[in-house]
This record gives sequence, structure tokens and C-alpha cells, in this order.
Amino acid sequence: MAEKKVYSKLGEMLAKGEFILTGELEPEKTCDLSHTIQEAKEMAPYVVAANVTDSPLGIVTINSLAASHIIQKEANIEVIWQLTVRDVNKLGIAGMIMGGHALGLRNILSLTGDHPNMGDMPESKPVFDLDSATLCMLVREMVDKGTINGYEIESPPKFHVGAAANPNSNPMEAEVLKVGRKVEAGCEFIQTQVAYDLEKTIEFLTAINKYNVPVLLGIFPMKSYAMAKGFDTFVPGVDVPKDVLAKWKSIKNDYKTDKAKQKKIYDQANYEFFKPFITELKNKDLLGGVHCMAVHYPRIFPKLIEVIKG
Amino acid sequence: MIVTTKKDFEEIEDALKRYNNIILIYCGTCSVTAQCSDEKSVNEMLEHLKNAGKNVVYHQEFKEPCDFRQDLQDWRNVPQEALDKVDAFLILSCGAGLQAMLDLFDRKNIVKPIFIGLNTHGIAETERIGRFHVKCAGCGDCLLNYTGGICPVTSCAKGLMNGPCGGQLDGKCEVGNYEKDCGWILIYERLKKIGRLDLFKQLRPAFNWTDRGHQKSVVFR
Ligand code: SF4
Ligand code: SF4
Repeated sequence: MAEKKVYSKLGEMLAKGEFILTGELEPEKTCDLSHTIQEAKEMAPYVVAANVTDSPLGIVTINSLAASHIIQKEANIEVIWQLTVRDVNKLGIAGMIMGGHALGLRNILSLTGDHPNMGDMPESKPVFDLDSATLCMLVREMVDKGTINGYEIESPPKFHVGAAANPNSNPMEAEVLKVGRKVEAGCEFIQTQVAYDLEKTIEFLTAINKYNVPVLLGIFPMKSYAMAKGFDTFVPGVDVPKDVLAKWKSIKNDYKTDKAKQKKIYDQANYEFFKPFITELKNKDLLGGVHCMAVHYPRIFPKLIEVIKG
Repeated sequence: MIVTTKKDFEEIEDALKRYNNIILIYCGTCSVTAQCSDEKSVNEMLEHLKNAGKNVVYHQEFKEPCDFRQDLQDWRNVPQEALDKVDAFLILSCGAGLQAMLDLFDRKNIVKPIFIGLNTHGIAETERIGRFHVKCAGCGDCLLNYTGGICPVTSCAKGLMNGPCGGQLDGKCEVGNYEKDCGWILIYERLKKIGRLDLFKQLRPAFNWTDRGHQKSVVFR
């Protein structure tokens, strides 16, 4: 096999087989990205790259291509541009991929995207001309062959492309086979949905191990009891373990008067929960890294470095 | 069959605002099954029109309004006196039914507007009267041989060629709050049952729109 080409820090670390940490940034319904840029700056020293979301839950936010470019430039952080196939057809997306390269982006996370029906513009046309696998195919054609539909691109884009997977998925086999299709389509890394169930996660990661693609496990460090409870309630299919919820609740109650102390205890509790979880998966050689999906919690990153170390 | 539902009468009344003398035409095939042009529905419509102050100068079933040949025959029964009076037509049929009538009107030199009384949803299975499921979107390149006979265009809320997406939860689809089945899990289960998961493993290319979508006719003679 020809040596893998490297276009970004993420690509380089993946090629080297380093265990990596990525973060997530969620621009909102605003034209002013200063908050997100601030968060990105705080996260930057610890992560290899950070995802920039594309109107998650179908709720309209500032466009992820524009946001990715601005954040990458202003915060000096490498961005993983989340690109959904929900809103733009194949022709439009091909143009955006060239545009993304011209704006300095080098990593794409190919996503289906949440249906408009779920968001704040439910009347909007759901496009889905491509899907997450065929978007990977398009990126690979444009990058590796320098063509679109066989037509030559004068100066082709350079991108690494990844995709998502869900270790909580039931029936699991359908999800496993779907990962296989994504890898066949040219997906170079996987970032997973948040998983709390170690046994199920092991089963899933073992099943997709045969595809030989680096997997970054989605984790959601919980900044407060409210965040933990909210995540447990509002994220379909992901249950925060009962003992974790109980522990976070007691932190909330025990340190009511000393907020500074409370923060430290929360951070430590996250470390104590995730360290053995990640270590176990790492020891089994099932992971390529960790993807932290908690937004607005940049102070946790030094602790996460501890989690992935060793 | 082609499944239809009734439009709100207010919308129909608004369309007929400028017209007083109406000829009502109704489909004798699919829309009857959909209980949109059966006897009860027709009587209901006649009543609505009357209450709205309209003068229904004539009404008649057309056996299959979407079939131009059949329309030519059924047209013979429409009396000339009604045609002399009519300001507008109203039809209870699918969208194709009305448009076939336009061709008939051209042939017969009828220069009067025709309005639709129903909404058309698609090509459906009739489970029983009152339960219809749209099963085919007429995409023109049937994929059922690859999907265990379950259509990904109509059974997947996103019409994905490679599913399931991350929105499926225990076999249910994120769209509509996990009440409907995820089409791609149905496809998976069906293929598994018939021992053809090899088909589920296949990466499918993006839908090819070259010859699809608009202005489509099937002409082979
Ligand atoms: S794939 Fe679906 S929409 Fe296309 S022809 Fe077959 S049943 Fe109809
Ligand atoms: S959950 Fe299933 S049916 Fe719904 S959009 Fe995703 S793949 Fe399609």
C-alpha cells in the first residue's frame, strides 16, 4: 500500500498511531464568534483538533464552513469541519469542499445531520442528496484522484475525512456493517457518540476492529449535576450511569457554598470516572483516542490529558 | 393505489371564489378507496358547495380520471346544457387525474378553470380503509432488489442510500419522535431474515438524479 498522505496535524497523528484528544466547539445562532473563539483558545493547547458543529439538532446556527475558517484562524486551533449532507446537494457540497480547502481547512467529519423536522425550521427541504458514506466517497475522489465525477479539478483540495458511529446502537450489527461501508467509502477515522456502558463499548469496538480504522471514543465530561442530568434526559439512547448521577448530585449539594471547591471536585470526579474507562479500552488496543463532546467546559482539558496519558 | 386526502373546504371555497356554476367530477378508482370520492364524500362535497352558495350544474363520476382514453369516453355523458352554464370545474381525484383532464379540455376546446379538491400523497399500500402507507415515490430506478424489498426512499425519513443514520434508536426513527420504524433497520432485519446480509454490506452510490425528477414521461412507442 502506498504511504498515507498527510494534510493536517490530525492526519499526521493518526498516521503515526498516536493516542489523541479532540474537542468540540458549537457555534450558535449568532454572527459573533468571540465566545467560541475564546473557548477554542482555552482548548487549543490540549487537543490535536476540534470539531466545529453544523447546525446540530437541525437548529440553525452560523454556517460551519465560515465558523470553521474563522475559529481556525483566530484561535490558532486545527479544526475538524463537521459537514452534514442535510442542507446542500452533491453539487453544492463539492463546491464547498474546494472552498473549505481554499479557506485552510484540512479535516472533514462527514455526517448525515439531524433532520430539519427536529429543529427550528421544520418546513425547510431536507436535501440528503448524499449520505455520510457517499460524502466520504466524494471527498476521497476529489482529494485522491483530483476529480469530481471524473472531471479534473485544476488544483484539487486536500482533506482527511472521518465519520461517526454509535456504540450504543441497537441492533449493533447494523451499525457495525454501516461502519464497514463508511470505511470502504474512504473514511479515515471514526468519532463515536458518547458511550457510558463499558461492556457494550468493548463489544462494539471489538466488532469494528476488523475495519482497521482509528476510533476516537466520544466522552461527555459533566461540568455539573445539571449537565449530567440534562444529558441523561435529553440525549436519546445514552444513559448516564445511576451512580454517576448520584455522585454528581452529592457534589452539587455538598459544596453549595464553596463554588471554587465544587468546580475542582467535579473535575476530579470526571477524571476518576473516565480514567479507568479509557484505560481499559486503551489496554485492549481498541481506541485511537478520545473525542470530548462537552462544550463550554474547556477547563477540563488538562484533566483529560491526564486521562489519556500512560 | 394513489392515496389522497380531502382538502379543507375553506381552501376549495377560496379557489372557487370567483365562480358560481360548478361541474363536479370525481374519480371512480383510487380516490374511492381512499374514501375521498365515494358516495358519502361526493354528497358531502355537494352539500358544502350548496352551503357556500354555489350552483352545481352537473356532477359525474369519471372512472379513472388519470386515463385520458377513459376520459374521452366518460366525457360523452356530460350534457351540453351544463357545459353552456359552467364557470369552473372541481375534481375529486389525484393530481394526475386533474392534469389528464386538462388534456381532455384541450381536445374538447373547454376553456374553463378546473380546481382540485384533494391532496395527493403517493403510491401506497392499502392496509385497510383508513390506513394507507406510501411505499413508493416513483424514483424511476427501483432499488428493491438490493434492500430486501423495502424501499429506502419512502421508508427512511431522509431517503438515504446508506443507512441507518445516527438518528435510529432501538429500530425507531428520530423523525417523528421515535414513533415510526427506521426504514434501514427494517431493511437490515429483512435481509438478515432471508440470509442476504451481503446486500446490506454493499456500499451504494448516491442516488442518480440525471433522468429523474421533473418533466418525466415514459414513452416507448
Ligand atoms: S426504490 Fe422505492 S421509490 Fe424507487 S421505484 Fe422502488 S419502491 Fe419506488
Ligand atoms: S433513523 Fe432510519 S429511517 Fe430515520 S432517517 Fe435515519 S436511517 Fe432513515
